Amino acid sequence: MGLSEAEWGRACAILGRAPNPTELGIFAVMWSEHCSYKSSKRWLATLPTEAPWVVCGPGENAGVVDIGDGEVAVLKMESHNHPSFIEPYQGAATGVGGILRDVFTMGARPVANLNALRFGAPDHRKTRHLVAGVVAGIGDYGNCVGVPTVGGECTFHAAFDGNILVNAMTVGVARRDRLFFSAAAGVGNPVVYVGSRTGRDGIHGATMASAEFDDRTEAKRPTVQVGDPFTEKLLIEACLELMAGDAIVAIQDMGAAGLTSSAFEMAAKGGLGIALDLDAVPLRETGMSAVEIMLSESQERMLMVLMRGREDEARRVFAKWDLEFAVIGTLTDSGRMVLRHRGAVVAELPIAPLVTQAPRYDRPQAPPPPPPPLPALPPAIDVTDALGRLLASPDLSAKRWIWEQYDHMVMGDTVARPGGDAAVVRVHGRDKGLALTTDCTPRYCAADPVMGGRQAVAEAWRNLTAVGARPLAITDCLNFGNPERAEVMGQFVGCVRGLGEAARALDFPVVSGNVSFYNETAGRAVLPTPEIGAVGLIADLDRMASLALRVPGQALVLIGETRGHLGASLYARGIARTEAGAPPPVDLEAERRNGDFVRDLIAGGRVVTCHDLAAGGLLVAVAEMAMAGGIGARLAPPPEDLAPEGWWFGEDQARYLVALAPEKAPGLLAEAGAAGVAARIVGESGGDALTVPGHDPISLAASKEAHEGWLPAYMAAGA
Amino acid sequence: MKAAVIVFPGSNCDRDVAEALAAAMGQAPAMVWHKETALPALDLIVLPGGFSFGDYLRAGAMAAHSPIMREVVARARGGTPVLGICNGFQIAVEAGLLPGALLPNASLRFVCRDVHLRVERTDTLFTAGYRAGAVIRIPVAHHEGNYFIDDAGLEALEGEGRIAFRYATPEGAVAAAANPNGSRANIAGILDRTGRILGLMPHPERLADARLGGTDGLPLFDSLVAALSRARARPPT
Repeated sequence: MGLSEAEWGRACAILGRAPNPTELGIFAVMWSEHCSYKSSKRWLATLPTEAPWVVCGPGENAGVVDIGDGEVAVLKMESHNHPSFIEPYQGAATGVGGILRDVFTMGARPVANLNALRFGAPDHRKTRHLVAGVVAGIGDYGNCVGVPTVGGECTFHAAFDGNILVNAMTVGVARRDRLFFSAAAGVGNPVVYVGSRTGRDGIHGATMASAEFDDRTEAKRPTVQVGDPFTEKLLIEACLELMAGDAIVAIQDMGAAGLTSSAFEMAAKGGLGIALDLDAVPLRETGMSAVEIMLSESQERMLMVLMRGREDEARRVFAKWDLEFAVIGTLTDSGRMVLRHRGAVVAELPIAPLVTQAPRYDRPQAPPPPPPPLPALPPAIDVTDALGRLLASPDLSAKRWIWEQYDHMVMGDTVARPGGDAAVVRVHGRDKGLALTTDCTPRYCAADPVMGGRQAVAEAWRNLTAVGARPLAITDCLNFGNPERAEVMGQFVGCVRGLGEAARALDFPVVSGNVSFYNETAGRAVLPTPEIGAVGLIADLDRMASLALRVPGQALVLIGETRGHLGASLYARGIARTEAGAPPPVDLEAERRNGDFVRDLIAGGRVVTCHDLAAGGLLVAVAEMAMAGGIGARLAPPPEDLAPEGWWFGEDQARYLVALAPEKAPGLLAEAGAAGVAARIVGESGGDALTVPGHDPISLAASKEAHEGWLPAYMAAGA
Repeated sequence: MKAAVIVFPGSNCDRDVAEALAAAMGQAPAMVWHKETALPALDLIVLPGGFSFGDYLRAGAMAAHSPIMREVVARARGGTPVLGICNGFQIAVEAGLLPGALLPNASLRFVCRDVHLRVERTDTLFTAGYRAGAVIRIPVAHHEGNYFIDDAGLEALEGEGRIAFRYATPEGAVAAAANPNGSRANIAGILDRTGRILGLMPHPERLADARLGGTDGLPLFDSLVAALSRARARPPT
């Protein structure tokens, strides 16, 4: 069932006897890696989680940050990797459902979904099927629920052939004085079950997600839950309707480990006991045993503690929405969880010891070896040919085929649609907006975990900055292999260290998150992927930027220093066919300085066209800006002290490209100089092609065809 | 002018269309829950977009049998204008207010993107605010928007001028490449025989606010408000 011998001994010591099968099932899920964070907790404790604008950090269902006007943004990202590989459609769909519940549990109306997807090599036999299933699953769930899916990432690498990553993020908005939490209170208050009925799906999903895959993975399909987005939509409306009043004392969604972990967590946080009558749980199958009821991960269910005497008021709300409503227990002062089923006590467990004496591991870690040095790259490249190949490469290709399957406009607040540096959704009824992004560069993390961890945070911060937002907070989703291997643990610890360094330096606290270990098959782990989801605030939507070049004749100004770093770059991988080399160094002071400079330009209304430089470097960034706006660019020659490929395709960090009227460029350069920010004019907008000195122009139409064509053609090839 | 938006379980564009209407009317429409059986005096009924009953049967098929629909159909037969958007169009078809059927998209995938529409009629309650032959940009977001009708039905729609909007290129050419779902004759929206019921797959409420990148949906709401406010001002005959 997943407990080690030592953990079994510990369980027996807590009870003073051997657990019965029902109790053993509860120990197994509560102490699973997925629920207990036993291998990661000591490292997560090193992350910065506080700032004056943080209302609620890690430990609740989602993180909460203040966005002014008495309002808060609620954010959380979570993995649904294992189920999505086994059954991509339902796995991904229920990932969306679960993360939505984490957010509306807090009293927030979900306003946006994002997702970060990592697939195996495009030519792997399962990849196309997984892409189709995951995208349809995410789309069908979010579309039906009516929450726009506004952004995310999708990349491909052979290290994900046996384990894909599906990380889903939801952001909601609530009144600061109307937040709901999970700590139970009030002995004698009723414990209430609402939502869907309980079935046998998803039993031991949490333990399944706490083990690596092997050749019998396909047989694990029954551990994957089945999603019902229609019921989720009703559940959102019913919960928010009841939350408008004061009948709810505490509320928690039934996620991983279902009724077990929700009941345990609520009682544990409140320091109380809980008595549950399992015969009162609404079931959709007959003959379910106590352990099946307790461990079912059936979706679209919530557990609430109500004020005593308010049951009928709550029942009416759920009846209106045709949802199940059942009083299934009471809070007690016993400090114990007592489960009754068919007239007998079937489990009796002390609550606090299961939490406080849960196993904690300081697992051995091996520092990752330094990456092999980048070999000398072939000189004298054809720049435009390389650009065309990069734009049409799986990682850089347009992901329109994906996001056009997502309703990204429902709710009528999507100000910046998918495809930019960050999506922007208006705070409903106001002139301010939330900027949203997800970021990570797994190949950097594999080459140097500390630098990769830093870079993931810095890139998220930059993407928010590039649209003009003030970055507020992070939700992280840390995806790694088997932590019982020292090499994997070394990657994890390195990434968390880098992540923490960057979060601290950029005042960008981590307010919620999730860890997913065991993304590994037959000893082969995924690339370390500490995915960063982030939220920023645009105080005035009249002062924001987008990447599209809209005006010909503007000066293109590169902010930040270029050294031509090609280690672990897409150019090295895609053109020179090597993944070697150290990733670009992340200078956090330069990030801060350059980003603050750019944000001030946008907030001051002086720049409305801005793009963060990331994978693929300067020339890819210019091409993206040109294609988005339908206006070309003429570029200046590279500086003489740099190799051309380093100038055009280097992935040096802390850089942005802005466009502005040429007569305003000298003033901007002078200001940048005074602020210690490197800046130079690298070209001008205009025409219908990208022109690089010494090379044939590449037409916008041709680059757009290359950029937009790859994914639809790839998917169609499998039909 | 008084309007009502019918809210079904799974409706998710009810708020969006209510706000577009409120902006045009100067007051909020009534939100009517599908379990109601009566409607107040009304000048307009809106069936909003979304996934009523999850679209688990055929899109719109369950909602067409909601308690309120008996009254909606009666009012529509009595001449009260009805606007059905996306899932609301599907419900109107399932309820027999409009002919034809909405099949799964030819791509078999959900599609959410801006499309261009050619305005085919500018002499209706819904479209008087558009220029004749105008091409407008409005988003679609649907999985079952592939409008089908048999040859005789299509002939009748064409002959009676009941096609309100067709998918077109930005230049106004009605071409297969401009059709997001494979609908017959590039149909995006149709009228009933009286011209007082409009069903369309695109979402005019989603581009009725400059902040969201366009206002081509606005004239539809303004047309309705102008026509229906005038009608109300006129004494009953």
